Order: sequence, then C-alpha cells, then structure tokens
Amino acid sequence: MTAPKQKAEVLDGAGLDRALTRIAHEIVEQAGGADLALVGIKTRGETLAGRIAEKIAGIEGQRPAVGALDITLYRDDLGSRAEQPQVRSTEIPFPLKNMTVVLVDDVLFTGRTIRAAMDALMDLGRPRVIRLAVLVDRGHRELPIRPDYVGKNLPTSRKESIAVMLHEHDGQDRVVIQESPEE
Amino acid sequence: MSLLIKGGRVVDPANGLDAVSDVLVADGAIVKVGKGLKAPEGTEAVDAKGKVVCPGLIDIHVHLREPGYEYKETIASGTRAAAAGGFTAVACMANTLPVNDNRSVTDFILAKARVEGVVRVYPIGAVTRGLKGQELAEMAELAEAGCVAFSDDGKCVMNAEIYRRAMEYALPFGTPIISHAEDEHLAHSGAMHEGLVSTELGLLGQPWAAEDVMVARDILLAELTGAHVHIAHVSTAGAVRLLREGKARGVRVTAEVTPHHLLLTDDAVRDYDPNTKVAPPLRTKRDVEAVLEGLLDGTIDCIATDHAPHELSQKEGEFGECANGVVGLETAVPLLLDRLVRAGLMDLPTLVQRLSPGPARLLNLPGGSLAQGAPGDITVLDLERAWTVEPSRFRSRARNTPFAGFTGTGAPVMTIVGGKVVTA
Amino acid sequence: MRWTRKDLVSMQDIEAAEITEMLDTAGSMKEIATREIKKVPALRGKTVVNLFYEASTRTRTSFEIAGKWLSADVINFSASGSSAEKGESFLDTAKNIEAMSPDVVVVRHKAAGGPALLARHLRCSVVNAGDGAHEHPTQALLDLLTIREKKGHLEGLNVTIVGDITHSRVARSNIHGMRKMGMTVTVAGPPTLIPPACQEMGVKVSHRLEEAIAHADVIMMLRLQHERMTGGFIPSLREYSRVWGLGLDRLKHCRPDVLIMHPGPVNRGVEISPEVADSQYSVILDQVTNGVAVRMAVLYLLAGGKAS
Repeated sequence: MTAPKQKAEVLDGAGLDRALTRIAHEIVEQAGGADLALVGIKTRGETLAGRIAEKIAGIEGQRPAVGALDITLYRDDLGSRAEQPQVRSTEIPFPLKNMTVVLVDDVLFTGRTIRAAMDALMDLGRPRVIRLAVLVDRGHRELPIRPDYVGKNLPTSRKESIAVMLHEHDGQDRVVIQESPEE
Repeated sequence: MSLLIKGGRVVDPANGLDAVSDVLVADGAIVKVGKGLKAPEGTEAVDAKGKVVCPGLIDIHVHLREPGYEYKETIASGTRAAAAGGFTAVACMANTLPVNDNRSVTDFILAKARVEGVVRVYPIGAVTRGLKGQELAEMAELAEAGCVAFSDDGKCVMNAEIYRRAMEYALPFGTPIISHAEDEHLAHSGAMHEGLVSTELGLLGQPWAAEDVMVARDILLAELTGAHVHIAHVSTAGAVRLLREGKARGVRVTAEVTPHHLLLTDDAVRDYDPNTKVAPPLRTKRDVEAVLEGLLDGTIDCIATDHAPHELSQKEGEFGECANGVVGLETAVPLLLDRLVRAGLMDLPTLVQRLSPGPARLLNLPGGSLAQGAPGDITVLDLERAWTVEPSRFRSRARNTPFAGFTGTGAPVMTIVGGKVVTA
Repeated sequence: MRWTRKDLVSMQDIEAAEITEMLDTAGSMKEIATREIKKVPALRGKTVVNLFYEASTRTRTSFEIAGKWLSADVINFSASGSSAEKGESFLDTAKNIEAMSPDVVVVRHKAAGGPALLARHLRCSVVNAGDGAHEHPTQALLDLLTIREKKGHLEGLNVTIVGDITHSRVARSNIHGMRKMGMTVTVAGPPTLIPPACQEMGVKVSHRLEEAIAHADVIMMLRLQHERMTGGFIPSLREYSRVWGLGLDRLKHCRPDVLIMHPGPVNRGVEISPEVADSQYSVILDQVTNGVAVRMAVLYLLAGGKAS
C-alpha cells in the first residue's frame, strides 16, 4: 500500500496550540466552577486531553481530573473484521458521579467513536453532564452527535482523510488533509 | 478350464526364475512355465506383456472377524479385499466370537470359506481356551480340523509355564505357535509408543521393552522346547537383534513384519488420528530402519499385514479409547511396490519371496511357487500402475487405514486362485 | 503479529508474538474487574458453550465470568464420563451442540486430543480448557501474565516446575510457552513422575529439589493426585511430601524475590505447606485473578473476527 498523499496543511504547530487554548477557555467558561474532568479517547485524544488540562491549570490555577478511555470493546463493528482490533486499557482513576465530563478526541467524523465512548462512560458511572471537545470536525456524521468545542471545522470528501500529528507521537504538531482510499 | 498367461516377467524366487515367460495353468494347477508355450483348445489367454507374474501372494496374519464380528468384516468381504490386494491365500486369526478354540468354529470358518471365500482361507486356532491364557485349547482336534498354526494373537500368553506346555503339546502336529509379544503390565494399555511424541501429546505410551521382554522370553521358550515359534508383527530394533541372535544359536524362531511398521513412525500419531493406533504401536525411525534391515537380511522371514478391520465408531473419537488396528490387505502390495521396490530399498524377487514362498514355508502351506503341479495361484503385478489410496472404494467393510490419500506407482492387477481369475 | 486463528488448542502450536498479544490484551482487560458494572458489550450476542467432560468448578467458573463480563451468553454443558459410558460419542455430542450455532466451544476432556478433533470438525472456535495430560493453554497464559506483571519481563527468567510432570497438562503448556518467551525451564520430581524423553522438550531435569529451586526466579508447584500411589509412581504421600514438599525451611534457600505459583487446587501440607501458600512469595491468588482476564482476552480474540 502506498503512503497517502498529503494535499494540504490545515493547522501548523502554532495554530494547533491556539486552538487548544481557545477550547480550554471555552470549557472553563461553560463549566462555571463545577467539578470538571477531561477524558481523552485513546490514543491522540488522551494526549490532547493532557494538553488542555495543562492550559486549564494555567487559567484556573487548578488542574482538572484527567482520564483515558479505550473504546475498542464498545465498537459497533466488532465481529465484522478479519482481526479483532487491539484492546488498550482504560484509566479513569476518579468517580464520575456529579462530574462535568468533557470527552476529548482528535477528529470527529461519523460519530460512532463518540457513541461508543458515551456507552463506556455510562458503564463506568453516571456523570452529571457529558460534553465533547474535538480538534477537527470533518463532517459526514452517521449518528446524531454534535461537538460542544471545536478546534477547526474542516469539510472533507470521503476520499480524503485527516492526519493529526502530535509531537508526543509523531515528532511534530500539525494537521494535514490526505488523499487516501477508504479502508 | 485352462489359462495361459503370456509374455509377463515371471518372478518365481522358489525356483530361481526371473525372466519373461509364459505360464500355463490347467485343472487348478501349474502345468508349465516356459517361453513360447502353446495353449490347448479352449484355453483362456491373458496378455501379461509388461507385467510381472509371480506365485500367489499369501498373507499369514489376517483378522476376518467371522464368526461374531460380521459388522467389522466377513469371510466374504475380507477375502474379496485380499483378492483385490493381490493375495491368493490368507491365514485368519482365532480371536473371533466365539474364539476359534474348538473344532466347530474351525469347521464353520472352513465351510463359509468354501462357499463365500474368494481366496484360500487357512484358519489359525487358539493356544488357550477363550484366549484367557489359562487352559490349553484342544489343539490336536483343531489341527485335525484344519488349523495351520496356533495363536492367541490380540493377546499375549502371559504365563510362561502355560506357554511352554502349549509349545510342547503342539510339537507333534507340526503347527507353529504364533506369538503376540507384548508384556501386558509393561505395556499398561499405552495407546502409542512411549517416547518424545507420547510425552508431547500427553498420551500414555508403551515402552519398546514391553515387546522385547516377551520376544526374548518366547525365543528362550522355543529353545527350551524345540518348538517353532513365529513372532507376529515385529516392530522394535531390539526384537530384531534378539531374533538375529536366536537364529544364530539355531533356535526355531521366525518372524513377520507389517507394512505399516516398515513405512510409518510415531510422528504419524501427532494429529491424534485413531487410524494410527495399532498394537504394537508405530515406533521410531531407528526401529523402522532396523526392521527393514531385518527383513532384507532374512532375520524377519516374511511380511504379513495384520489386517484388523474395525467399524467406524471404534476408530473415531478419543484416541486412547479407540480400538487398535488398521486394515492392510488392499494397501500392502501397492505401498511395498512403491516405497520399497521402486524406491530401490528392496529388489522385486526379494519382495515376492517375503510375500509368497516365505509365508508358505512358515505355515507349511501349498503355494509359493510356480513349479509344475503347484496350485494354480498367481498374482499379476503392473509396476507402472499409478494409484491413490481411497478408503471409500475398499472391498473390505472397514475403512481404518493410516494411508488414506497416499499415492504411488505399482499395484496388483489380477489375482488367480486355482486357475480361476478372482479379480478383474 | 495479530491473532487470526480460529482455535486455541495448544501452546505448542502458537508463536511468541501471539502469546505477547494475548498477554497485552489480557492486561488491558484486567481493569474491567475493578469497575462497579463489570460488563463491556464486546461479545454481545455471541454464544459461548462450556463443554466440560471433567468436573472442574474453578476453570469453568473462570470462563463463565470471562464470557459474561464480555456480554456473551454462556451456556454450561456438563457431560459426564467418557463417550463409552454415555452412549453418545464425543464427536456426536459436539456436533449436536454445533447445530445450535455457538460462536465458541470451550472444552475440557480427560482424553488428550479431544479439542484438536473438535477444532477439525466444528466450524465454530474451539478453546482447549484441558485435555488429559496434553495441554491447558489458558493456564500457561495466565501463569505467564502473572510472572510478567510481578517481574516486569519474561525473557531470561529461570522457572522450576516441581511435581508430577508426567500427568500434567499444566507443565506441558507452560514448558512450551515459557520456552517460546525465552525463559529457562527446569522440571524436578522423582524419576517415575518425569515423562520419557523430557529433556528433548528443551528443559533441564532434576531429581533433587533443593538444587532445582536454588536459583529459580519462579517456582511452580504441581498438585500431586492421590491416584499416583497406585501404579508404583511413589511409595506414599508421606514420603513424597517429605522429599518434594515446599515448606518454609526449603524456601529459606531460595532467592529473596522468588515467586511461588500453583495452578490449584492446592493440597496443603502435601506439595506445599500452608505457610508457604499464604506467604508473601505466593502469587497463587493473582493467578486466579489473571485467569479471568486471560480468558476474556482469549474469548475476545477468538470470538470476534470472521474466519476469512
């Protein structure tokens, strides 16, 4: 399989950081002082949640609780693939009751991942409210899911894909659109 | 009715013949073997050009299962299988139901064979009543009725004192005692050979010593009594060594080996296929090499299949609980022609010797030769015939073979008993 | 290497990379046991049949919990005795069950080779929960997971397995698994309980307990079954326990960071003293916890993918 062809850079390192800063402010404003938790969806959502938590610490003087969620066991496409997807562990070391939980993911696409994440959260406890923060919303929703905080809206065609690179994983911070065949 | 078999390569080791010749048969007996024979009026001609013509092959270790186990095999189906496999005569073991330990069973077998048998059938009587290893069977009467040897095959006569008495008692009849050499206690119902494979498979194995211990005992008892003891289905290198030493000392001991012990090792059991469960079990490469060497140098006198038909349910399921035994009449000759002769391990006259005059001599049977007056029992082989082992097409009622799907070249193509063709 | 096999029948057949994937997946599954609602929907709508011919409450329960926490429907089918006793053949029973469309059949049988036979004949996935003296792959996997958790790695560790190796499927599965993961295995026991050609499996053989456990990072004690006293394997339980039992006095000569393991059930006072079983070196209960996680991983990896 050939590497996907990069078409355009959508966010550079600085742009990405500004987007996260704005999201952090929006989360704090809407939370209004309530108990806040960020739950990042593995793998890059977890990294983004960590960064947003740092920024919130800078704004409020207090870091919100941060957890990481692996949604593999809640996927709606298990059993229709030749191999089972790899299961990673979930780490949410705080009770969810009465919490304002903000789910954090890198790209919002069909909405199925978020649906799975909500089912997982419900099995783990009963948050007071769940909100959604994504770095990129690329459209093409297949379920009635909408984000509360968006870094960048990016209409794409189905033939394209979004690559979010973060220096913790990929050595650099940027977001690009790629031409690639559907899996 | 006469038959002229023309132009085949006649291999008759008993008479030192290996040449292209014609064979004339009349009134159930060999009339003449020579070149350019002329046939009298009304003789059926068989064109054997390019084929091998030899004295009828004889299998001295076959389980025909009748009376009592007709669901596994009958005299009719078993002898049909023998004919298809190129055999003109079989000797059948006594572990029927009832056991062939009295003449009424022998008479039954012979009567059935006369009507329904397709090849010659020679019954082997039991050594002990019911094969229980405790009381001698009425061997004088059994011999009179037509038993050609005695054997508790399937079981070992564990009591050496009883076995000694049996050997002595049978001496006047000239009938050999055929020994299933397996110490019951050492073997402890082990389902396969005890070694690395049994350890890895988690199956209880039986050590080579379970066989060798009894081979040694039987040779010594033969020496003590002067009896002719024939060791059935030899499978270990140790047994071959003991036989060689015994024969060198002049003991009247002889032996046979099965095709599966010449061709398969315990690795064949790795899939837990019950069609590889036999007694004695498939052994190691070293043992296979030793028995082949013994067969070549004459330490082992003949090949016998130990044809042991079983019904499907007894050869399917948990390995340890399945019955022991594999069929062999229809696979023996093709496999031996391909894996021994074609492979260059044994020459054809030696193979014929081990399958015809060899066995005949051991049990004092007519046949094994194409001399004038010999029975008109002939096997025709085609060394170029390609084959695949297809159990669903066996003439035998049973399908339990470890060789399903095997392919090779060289097979029997015609079997003649008493001057009559009994196969296509 | 991703898991693509239909069945898990033996450790001998699988590769180190597949073992690693199993252990990693099991490790991720452990967290579910700590939740208030111990359920994930991963195997929702899948049917797992526990076909147990040998009585075994603990392994069966472990598989049952594993299946249920994954939201599978778990059915227990206890068949007693051998097919000869029952009248219905082993293969027939299995085919009858398959006709009810299970996704996974977990089978325990006292005859070696049973699961291999089923794996060949059944379309659904087959998991070997112990077949005679042959193998018990999920036990070896949970043992490896436990060791990896406690020691941080597997390669290079020295393991000594003590007891009735001849009749032990746990020993065989562990020998295969441990060797594939780069561990050194010693088996120790009286010669009558060490199977023939054992060294050829790639293990060291010792007939002296003290020597065998002196440098071990892990000591695995096997259960001595009472039947071994008939058949001439050992003269008496008393002698076995005196010569081969692990008590605190023998433990003193072991490494201070040694792990004591046992597949259970433990014969207290026979192969292992109560003090050792309850000591800080013992990870016996961790093994049980990890058993559920490993079995969840096995069911998840086998029941999910469509056999291509």
